[in-house]
Amino acid sequence: MIRFNKWLVPTLYILFLMLPIYGLLSMSFKTTNEILGGFSFFPQEFTLANYKVIFTDPTWYNGYINSIIYVVINTLVSVTVALPAAYAFSRYRFLGDKHLFFWLLTNRMAPPAVFALPFFQLYSAINLFDTHIAVALAHCLFNIPLAVWILEGFMSGVPKELDETAFLDGYSFWRFFIRIFIPTIAAGIGVTMFFCFMYSWVELLLAKTLTSVEAKPIAATMTRTASSSGYELGLLAAAGSLTIVPGAIVIYFVRNYIAKGFALGRV
Amino acid sequence: MNKTQNNKAWWLVVPVLVLVAFNAFIPLMTVVNYAFQETFGDNVFFWEGTTWFEQVLRSPRFHASLIRQLVFTGMILAIEVPLGIGVALTMPRKGPWVSVCLVLMALPLLIPWNVVGAMWNIFALPEIGLLGYTLNSIGIDYNFTNQPISAWLTTVVMDVWHWTSLIVLLCYAGLSSISDDYYQAAHIDGASRWAIFRYIQLPKMKRVLTIAILLRFMDSFMIYTEPFVLTGGGPGNTTTFLSIDLVKIALGQFDLGPAAAMSLIYFLMVLLICWAFYTIMMRNEEQ
Repeated sequence: MIRFNKWLVPTLYILFLMLPIYGLLSMSFKTTNEILGGFSFFPQEFTLANYKVIFTDPTWYNGYINSIIYVVINTLVSVTVALPAAYAFSRYRFLGDKHLFFWLLTNRMAPPAVFALPFFQLYSAINLFDTHIAVALAHCLFNIPLAVWILEGFMSGVPKELDETAFLDGYSFWRFFIRIFIPTIAAGIGVTMFFCFMYSWVELLLAKTLTSVEAKPIAATMTRTASSSGYELGLLAAAGSLTIVPGAIVIYFVRNYIAKGFALGRV
Repeated sequence: MNKTQNNKAWWLVVPVLVLVAFNAFIPLMTVVNYAFQETFGDNVFFWEGTTWFEQVLRSPRFHASLIRQLVFTGMILAIEVPLGIGVALTMPRKGPWVSVCLVLMALPLLIPWNVVGAMWNIFALPEIGLLGYTLNSIGIDYNFTNQPISAWLTTVVMDVWHWTSLIVLLCYAGLSSISDDYYQAAHIDGASRWAIFRYIQLPKMKRVLTIAILLRFMDSFMIYTEPFVLTGGGPGNTTTFLSIDLVKIALGQFDLGPAAAMSLIYFLMVLLICWAFYTIMMRNEEQ
């Protein structure tokens, strides 16, 4: 009885999570006629036509490529600059450290809607509008503070004796940092990258504001299709289903890191 | 951990500082510029003082969307936090099912926000969506495009669907740092299920739980994309939350002055609440 109860809650919860995703998937395999004709739980005339459109039309598949490019740039930049900063916060006291930390966090709290228009003006002024770099840099606004926050937690879990021993052995700071410290907190870096990837991949408002053609993210391509041809629900569903794939791949690769990383640090 | 005083540590922070300041200061100053001045284009500005602020603070429209926002954030926190803790407590701790649970539960977190909106839109469509069709066929009159209550509930359920997993994952992290010895000791002492939760599990989860609540508060207070795609703020204005209203004023009506003033008020509110929360959290930790 107890065993049964234990399984019940997570199972029901996962079922609840999967239902809308199933709705989207099943719609993506239906023809437009069938969708508008009424509800059916399984696709009656199974079709791959919607996916074919996406994989053959450059305006569609370029959206995915653009999104992945800026997400990867952003994740790498955020984690790289956050590593030394998080080390400083976890190991040293310095002038204004607490204020600086809170100020960093405040940027995580800034509503993107507040920054959309000024961002557009700023990135137009420096000629970066409609580039992948613009979106990657703009997403640093909320991803760097988050990365510093998470990494600082993991680093504080590493005993200080590790640093001291290494310095006594004659390691220079950077050699110690790269050769010893970073491998020690690899799990923490995995978790941080997961969160950076996630927040950059799912954000739309800034990404849409800062791009028009060359770097347009898939999410923006979808909203434009939705508004211009509202009847193509199947195509929209197929595009939506495909946006789940990169996330699923990332989760699959970091799943052990996450379990391990979570056990290690405080996240 | 006892930290050493070392002002040279500033050098390690400089790259972060430069990148974040570039993205934060310049746009913020632009907003401040618009908030205190009137412009007719061509970079000509007239000083307006606090006119826009008074206008926003007095406008019933702002009050209405603020109240909607507060009710929404309160509702989703009240549902997601207990649900998240409950699921985390019942999740398996060892074995192959852990990975399966983690992967499946993390899935909603990695779906772009507009796709979440679109997915729920499709899911809830009265005639052709799985949810809408089911509800209507068991006799519940449901149509989120023209019933305010249905629209509200759909938005809340969508947010619960989208974000409860974050709380589950964080709480699970806290729980998995408890070693088996504690449970064995509790078992020998004959502790009840509630006592184990209250005195072993809850204290271990406290830190991650505060972070989870803080993140959920911030993000739900800024929510824009999902309700915008799902309901477009409607029917009428019933699901127009602060961000949606702000974008309507700034980009729809191009009223830059009031929009900028509203942005600053909005930002300050989030800041104040988070600052209070953060201070309390830090004080508890020092004890």
